[in-house]
Amino acid sequence: MKKVVKLTDAVSRIPDGAVLMIGGFMGAGTPPGLIDELVRQGKRELTVIGNDTARPGVGIGKLIAARMVRRVITSHIGTNPETQRQMIAGETEVELVPQGTLAERIRAAGFGLGGVLTPTGVGTVVADGKRTIEIDGRSFLLELPLKADFALINAWRADYLGNLEFALTSRNFNPLMAMAAAAVIAEAENIVPVGVIPPDSVGVPNVLVDHLVGKERSHG
Amino acid sequence: MDEKTLIARRVALEFRDGDLANLGIGLPTLVARHLPPGIDVFFQSENGIIGMQALPHEGVAWNDLTDAGGSPIGAVPGAAAFDSALSFGLIRGGHLDVTVLGGLQVDEQGQLANWMVPGKMVPGMGGAMDLVSGARRVIVAMTHTARGEPKIMKRCTLPLTSVRRVDLVVTDMAVIEPTADGLVLKETAPGITVRDVLAATEATLIVPPDVPVMPITA
Repeated sequence: MKKVVKLTDAVSRIPDGAVLMIGGFMGAGTPPGLIDELVRQGKRELTVIGNDTARPGVGIGKLIAARMVRRVITSHIGTNPETQRQMIAGETEVELVPQGTLAERIRAAGFGLGGVLTPTGVGTVVADGKRTIEIDGRSFLLELPLKADFALINAWRADYLGNLEFALTSRNFNPLMAMAAAAVIAEAENIVPVGVIPPDSVGVPNVLVDHLVGKERSHG
Repeated sequence: MDEKTLIARRVALEFRDGDLANLGIGLPTLVARHLPPGIDVFFQSENGIIGMQALPHEGVAWNDLTDAGGSPIGAVPGAAAFDSALSFGLIRGGHLDVTVLGGLQVDEQGQLANWMVPGKMVPGMGGAMDLVSGARRVIVAMTHTARGEPKIMKRCTLPLTSVRRVDLVVTDMAVIEPTADGLVLKETAPGITVRDVLAATEATLIVPPDVPVMPITA
């Protein structure tokens, strides 16, 4: 099965209005080529699930600036004044989720769980509209799974089968999101022969990856 | 010494050798520079690493080794990297010994508000709600007042970060310990009297007969 595709073809599979999970934390571990190609193809009405909206001109911040996002589900927009402006102006809907809860909601979807119980947010505005459940005298919020149409993943290395290996803090939400979307598009800094990534170093096993994009090099 | 350095040097005395600690961006980050000799602390960055340190020198910045603000960092020998679920499992699961966070308000119940000012500033909670709910010890490091207005209140007027009672509040004027009975004034900053602290605090403070002067690291 051929997974390595051209960047343009990978991104043209994403329709307007799609729900996207995008890996990364302040841009580190966000797939740069996929972001730029989304902007170039001018997608509209996207829902984006990601840790933050980075800064203007960085990572998910580029999608915000290009007015491609209708709704964002995220833990932090404080470093991107444009996201805050669009939220206050009512142009973009922003759902703020505690970071650990965001990770667990994504994990729950990918791991086949009906939800997670977390102490985070109990008694705060985050609890509004949610069920609080007592277990052994402690209160927990029931947080529901979060899934997507596409996960856009950034890896340090991939092999041709689609096994992914991550580097340091660029890992963050990427392995979780690769489990939680109907289709996974991974962008790798390097695509290496099968066998180069040892089994113990595989962060996302190849069966989860549908399409793989590398750096497009010209050898001419 | 400026007020932030004073706060950082007092907070630094709260660490135990071998602690796993998470420092918020800004003032709390200063604490790492003032640890007493012989105290080795592993610093977690919630974007997925234990063993972060400041960039050791120029020319070693790498896009894949960053702090929670997206700035390049270094890593100590023995560092470990992991995904966001494990990172927050460490935080919520009782594995994080101490977190130091900034604050907008703390109230008589020891509850903290530090993530939004409705209508003015809505940055999002990031990891703060998980940190305050889950860390074994929560230390708030903040200036005692903001533009002359008290930040230690009878009741927080801003949305809470957590209903959990924080463990210690360190300001440029005082060290305050929230307890089941209320806020106890533990120490005053050099040159600050108990009366000064009371005048700058809206909440009722429990004042023991003897309130020592705040010690700080060298």
